[in-house]
Amino acid sequence: MQQPPNSSRRQFLGLAGGAAVLGAIPIVTVRHAEATPAMLASAIQNVTGGAVVRTGKVKLDIPPLVENGNTVPMTVSVAHPMAPEDHVRSIHVFNEKNPQPNIANFHLGPHNGRAQVSTRIRLADSQKIVAIAKLSDGSFWSASVDVVVTLAACTEEVI
Amino acid sequence: MASALINVPAKAKRGDIIEIKTLMSHIMETGYRHMASGEVVPRDIITSFTCRFNGAEIFRADLFPAIAANPFITFFTTATESGKFEFEWIGDQGFSETASASISVE
Amino acid sequence: MRFSGAIAVALLIAGTAFAAEIPQAERRSGYDFMKPDTRAMQDEDAANPGMLWVLDGEALWKRKLGAANKACADCHDDARTSMKGVAARYPAFDMALGRPVDLEQRINLCRTNHQQATPLPFEGRGLLALTAFVARQSQGTAIETGADPQLAPFIAKGRELYMQRQGQLNLGCTNCHDDNWDKRLAGSAITQAHPTGYPLYRLEWQSLGSLQRRLRACITGIRAQAYDYGAPELVELELYLMSRARGMPMEAPAVRP
Repeated sequence: MQQPPNSSRRQFLGLAGGAAVLGAIPIVTVRHAEATPAMLASAIQNVTGGAVVRTGKVKLDIPPLVENGNTVPMTVSVAHPMAPEDHVRSIHVFNEKNPQPNIANFHLGPHNGRAQVSTRIRLADSQKIVAIAKLSDGSFWSASVDVVVTLAACTEEVI
Repeated sequence: MASALINVPAKAKRGDIIEIKTLMSHIMETGYRHMASGEVVPRDIITSFTCRFNGAEIFRADLFPAIAANPFITFFTTATESGKFEFEWIGDQGFSETASASISVE
Repeated sequence: MRFSGAIAVALLIAGTAFAAEIPQAERRSGYDFMKPDTRAMQDEDAANPGMLWVLDGEALWKRKLGAANKACADCHDDARTSMKGVAARYPAFDMALGRPVDLEQRINLCRTNHQQATPLPFEGRGLLALTAFVARQSQGTAIETGADPQLAPFIAKGRELYMQRQGQLNLGCTNCHDDNWDKRLAGSAITQAHPTGYPLYRLEWQSLGSLQRRLRACITGIRAQAYDYGAPELVELELYLMSRARGMPMEAPAVRP
């Protein structure tokens, strides 16, 4: 069995990935509707009503380089008491480049004990994720994370 | 077909903050995919998830197409008394599923 | 004469050693190649989407159906006992057919022969659920597929299919999975290709799927014509891959990127 030198094999495998993507004829295709920073800003505006949003208190836990953009584990938490007179009312998560800017809204109350929610999200491309927490006193806090998303090596035909 | 996996501790002490984990079977079709013919595959997602404890709402989530298939949602709650958690998933095409779990709190 | 004989033997050993299976001590599951977040998805039953199919399978196991109005449970009782270790020795030799069958085919053979029901379609929810449920009962059991001497010619055939270069990209499975595992292909880790966790939940599919689905996807990926579901070539490949993974513990339903 002839062994091509290492560098041309790497090139070969790289081409292989590209050829697989170009040549595949999936039955279902994704046409990327483009979200814009303006859509993200206006989605945030819908929640905050234009109020000041401070950075802090919120923590977004997402792997910086995702294993697969179809299912990305995400945990969002807010370092703030959950007392009847002072608690987190809701957490809103947004994205920058998916076809639409909203990911989820979580509605909480003092009985939750801890303002922390985990879920799994879809990311269409490398982008920024923003989480905004609304407190019972009406103030808003936020955090954002940049996530790198790579395509799978070979696209597949659907089943 | 069984649709949901719920993880709630069977027992807890009063005042404990416990984590509830839920996993629901659902394709979460985004509405952004197209057939080769050009037709859009219509959106089919769960739009809302609610948890009630002894009848009172303790957690609610609004979900969008960016939530991955087979939605996994976890949250926390304080154990105050024994009782029953009721979970409800509502979505497109009249999707509606419920599940429940009990807890005994001492 | 003896000298050239020794050289001939040495060359022979060198030739076969290059294409030998990964030594037992170096075998690593695809689990090892994943990031901690993905591993966490598999670790907990409550977080593992594959378990949704296992639950469905458990319900199907008890359902009476077919002209015989029988459930799997009627013959096999509690799967936790009767199915323990079964998936760890599949594909297995079927006497009547005179060739190996995989777990999906075995389930369908039971459906037609004993329940007098129509076979379930490959990659349909029902067959995946039953396969996942049965495979789950072997969790932690060491794979022992291929011990039966009757399987030898089919394992050899499977190995041939695994080694042969094919498709527009002229690649054989071995080129990546024996010679280049732990390197990356366009951002994804290349694993050793041990099917310890099938059927598994693949994030790319956002669904549970069988080993045959994965093989077909890989073969399509190297731009070769994929065999149809249930084709003898796919079963032979499954058989070879499972026997190549002997000794490794089963972990179905696994989660993979």
